[in-house]
Amino acid sequence: MRVERFLTDSAARLADKTAIVAGKKRLSYAELDRMSDRLAAAISNRGIARGDRVVVFMDNSWEAVVAIFAVLKAGAVFSPINPSTKADKLAFVLNNCRAAGVITQARLAATAATAMVEAPSVKLVVLSGGGKAPPATGCLSFEDAIAEPSSASLPFAGISLDLAMLIYTSGSTGFPKGVMMTHQNAMAAAESITTYLENREDDVILGVLPISFDYGLYQVLMAARVGATLVLERSFAFPQVILNRMAEEKVTGLPLVPTMAAILLQMRDLKAGSLPHLRYITNTAAALPPAHIERLQALFPSARIYSMYGLTECKRCTYLPPEELLRRPGSVGIAIPGTEVYVVDDSGHRVGAGIVGELVVRGPHVMRGYWENPEATDKALKPGPLPWEKVLYTGDHFRADEDGFLYFIGRKDDIIKTRGEKVAPKEVETVLYGLPGVAEAAVVGVADPILGHAIKAVVALSPGADLTEQDIIRHCARSLEDFMVPKLVEFRDELPKTESGKISRRLIEEEMLEAAE
Amino acid sequence: MQTEEISRQVREFIEENFLFQEEAELADDESLLDAGLVDSTGILELVAFLEGTLNIQVADAEIVPENLDSINAIVAYVTGKLAAAPAAAAVAA
Repeated sequence: MRVERFLTDSAARLADKTAIVAGKKRLSYAELDRMSDRLAAAISNRGIARGDRVVVFMDNSWEAVVAIFAVLKAGAVFSPINPSTKADKLAFVLNNCRAAGVITQARLAATAATAMVEAPSVKLVVLSGGGKAPPATGCLSFEDAIAEPSSASLPFAGISLDLAMLIYTSGSTGFPKGVMMTHQNAMAAAESITTYLENREDDVILGVLPISFDYGLYQVLMAARVGATLVLERSFAFPQVILNRMAEEKVTGLPLVPTMAAILLQMRDLKAGSLPHLRYITNTAAALPPAHIERLQALFPSARIYSMYGLTECKRCTYLPPEELLRRPGSVGIAIPGTEVYVVDDSGHRVGAGIVGELVVRGPHVMRGYWENPEATDKALKPGPLPWEKVLYTGDHFRADEDGFLYFIGRKDDIIKTRGEKVAPKEVETVLYGLPGVAEAAVVGVADPILGHAIKAVVALSPGADLTEQDIIRHCARSLEDFMVPKLVEFRDELPKTESGKISRRLIEEEMLEAAE
Repeated sequence: MQTEEISRQVREFIEENFLFQEEAELADDESLLDAGLVDSTGILELVAFLEGTLNIQVADAEIVPENLDSINAIVAYVTGKLAAAPAAAAVAA
């Protein structure tokens, strides 16, 4: 079974049920199904073939949901990209996966156009909100496409072994890698998660996390799977607006990251019990401090809180059953249903309780690899216990307690988590070095009560260079997604180095820790 | 504080903290959200600035696009708040 069946099956059962609420727009399952059928036919007729990669470069919007299901129905592979991505990085992704199509919106059209100049593989652009302007060659209007009734049936889309999506994730090398997930992978992950969350048809799920992030994306897929309603929002910038919406729509499920929780907890007028319909709250991407868990529970007494852990490479690894929360507030729990996790030492042997090692994952949700990157793939996927299988080495350090519950200790590599998003210091440093006047640069994470960690750039300037903190930040903002842009900048005469003369982030971090004491 | 002065300070704060494309012009009535200039932490910084520098108290329910999503909106909101609390305005001026 393929992922688009989530939609078609729900549409068959619940045609008139509201699938998506997005601002003033409400779409039923039947409408969502019909629009994605039409868009699928339109892109298929214009050359998108089975297995082609189509980048979806959009805000959280009903149009993006239509786009995702349309790409799948056309037998193609979708790759959702963060809407704050700048042209250079978008071009990198387009070339990396040799994308055949881009589906985007008016607000992002200029960035997409700039990126596509460097990406000759793209032969079709679908633009939503482009207005009445005549479309450029190779540009299809989204609105026209979904209005065009499709008479001919779609070509054969593929089987569950086929790729469904490419989710790009940052790595320490500084270049993002495309995580390959088949329909089987996605089905397995969605089934497992909806099982432990006990998702039901009467759920109303808030979708404010970006769909370019697998956590946000799966709210779309899981809602479709169970026939629930998804309330889409573009941003948590105005939390009161979101809370009002949640009350209006009687939202039952709130997926959040610690930054969102911190923002909620900072609100002065939020009364306990204000969202009586809230049935569950989930957290992942970074740890929720036990003090925040406690306060969140006090604010939303009716909600079960799920602490979870995962990585894009397998979608999700563990969850803590809510009844364990009081007993073990620092734990991220046990393997999600239908999967297995264990902690290994440096030789790959399983270790006992209390011993720190690397977490390894096996299960039907584990990725097939990184797109056209066998070297990185071989570092992450290694032979498993059975001759035909690969297990995922997470690159994260964990320990298990006597009862088998897991605790996240730290990352093996330098990735910084800020606002729940991964930032590779190398990627930011590369951008810093692109600014004339920067002689040395290192990027580190600094503890921050809201962000988890804030990005700090430590820079040594060339003689005679006259750059300010503003100059550095502005320069980064031009090339990097918003969450990657340094919040703090420190200038030094020179950066600390190891014996071999390499700039050492570790030494900088140690100095910062000492200074804080 | 005069409206012009409020407007100047608000625009300066936004340009320094959110506007990173030097060539870009932010119109007075342009949506900060639509322009991709602010996210959840950005709005928090803006509120902190309004409370700290312009000396008003921002209630949770007032952190909405109608009050904060454009320079015009912010100026109107701040002017309204200061007019309603003349004692605070006298201290700020």
